Amino acid sequence: MIEVQHIRKGFDGRVVIDDVSATLETGKCNLIIGSSGSGKTVLMKCIVGLFEPDAGDIIYDDQNFTAMNTKDKKAMRQQIGMLFQGSALFDSMTVEQNIMFPLDMFSNQTKGEKQKRVDEVLDRVHLTDAHKKFPAEISGGMKKRVGIARAIVLNPRYLFCDEPNSGLDPQTSLVIDKLIREITTDFNITTVVNTHDMNSVMEIGDKIIYMYQGLKEWEGTNKEIIFSKNEKLNSFIFASEFLQDAKDMRMLEMKGKISDDRDMNEMLK
Amino acid sequence: MYFFNHFGRFILMIKGMFTRPENHKMYWKELMHQCAELGIGSLGIVAIISVFIGAVSTVQTAYQLVSPVIPLATIAQIVRDTVILEFAPTLTCIVLAGVVGSKIASELGNMRVSEQIDALEIMGINTKAYLVMPKILACLIMIPLLVVIAMTLGIWGGRFAGEAANILSNEVFDRGLLLDFIPYNVTFALTKAYTFAFIISGIPAYYGYNVKGGALEIGQSSTSAVVTSCVAILLADYVLAALML
Repeated sequence: MIEVQHIRKGFDGRVVIDDVSATLETGKCNLIIGSSGSGKTVLMKCIVGLFEPDAGDIIYDDQNFTAMNTKDKKAMRQQIGMLFQGSALFDSMTVEQNIMFPLDMFSNQTKGEKQKRVDEVLDRVHLTDAHKKFPAEISGGMKKRVGIARAIVLNPRYLFCDEPNSGLDPQTSLVIDKLIREITTDFNITTVVNTHDMNSVMEIGDKIIYMYQGLKEWEGTNKEIIFSKNEKLNSFIFASEFLQDAKDMRMLEMKGKISDDRDMNEMLK
Repeated sequence: MYFFNHFGRFILMIKGMFTRPENHKMYWKELMHQCAELGIGSLGIVAIISVFIGAVSTVQTAYQLVSPVIPLATIAQIVRDTVILEFAPTLTCIVLAGVVGSKIASELGNMRVSEQIDALEIMGINTKAYLVMPKILACLIMIPLLVVIAMTLGIWGGRFAGEAANILSNEVFDRGLLLDFIPYNVTFALTKAYTFAFIISGIPAYYGYNVKGGALEIGQSSTSAVVTSCVAILLADYVLAALML
């Protein structure tokens, strides 16, 4: 579990996130959502320690990360895996070398053991034939999967994903979402996902934090979000007419007024 | 103020490199990789420049020394001293500032912009130690070696040009080379080489490591790194000459 306590962060005198507190639960996909510039990436970078918060604390399972010295922070970071928005794979290394890099750096395993672990994680992300390819030779979706494989190779307790679906088609996005969900439940880790993809919100959003102009505006689950009365949240998630219609249909469906797709157009009139 | 701000941050970057490596074997591997990339990769251009600089020195010196009272061996003496004192260390390092400097700045800049440096930080790796230090150490090891090679090839180029252009024979050139040779000149040249090696690697590493933005900013930082390195080399060249000669 990660506790975010009264985090505040600004740049050049401009406050980007202000007094944000939240609890990110173990074994669940915790989603941070919000429009561009709402402060979700800054919040995530504060949580993982890439940015030093101006105020507040980050607690990783009762250990105060913000108060740790450099040595302890380095040790803690080995329990953190992160998938970056652009995957951040090392260009000069093959897929296999990218995934083996954390093992080379931090484990005393033999070459055979490391190779076995690489094969395991590549199999876990359903990439069994890309070992010798370079990042430039694989697709965006494959890069994300390699990024996930690299993030989980050291068996982290915390997984962070920054916009895992950006630049991907809806079908590949679903594959990535499913993968994140599987890894979270199978390994019982704390997963934090930054996204503004509403499909992800509905698919994997066990817990959702909605950021608006640097403040935590709403918190709930994917079951609750659709019925939220929060106007700012509603204008964010139902930004398109299509989604608003989908919500209306869902409401009618729940009230038992429609039974299948054929009745929907009729009922919406 | 602008200068002191950057200078302070540069010092902090250098200070940040001195931590215990997470894995000595990986750091050694990276150092060897950088030695090959930055040192051996620059050997070709250094060789070409050195030979031609030596050759041109011989021809131009002979052109200016028209007096029959000056012995021809003096040409070899002048070529030797100019190559050792100035051409091999300074000119080679100016060229390397372009070749090696832009490579370091753009490589680190690209890693910064594409979040590869953040990815290493998240893993718990000190990126200043893992990415910057091997580059600086590799330059400190390889550039003095390149300068020694440049000295040798420069003098050989001068000797070859003297014979080829019928200015002076190889025997006369060799006699001139040994005449009044001051070994301290080599010490001075190597001192310059070490100083310039640090400038060539440190300044571009600072520019690349601190890039913000995208492709345009990587290009700008690479250009700024090369320009600043060249100016710093010329400044250091003058300061060292004034202090040591």
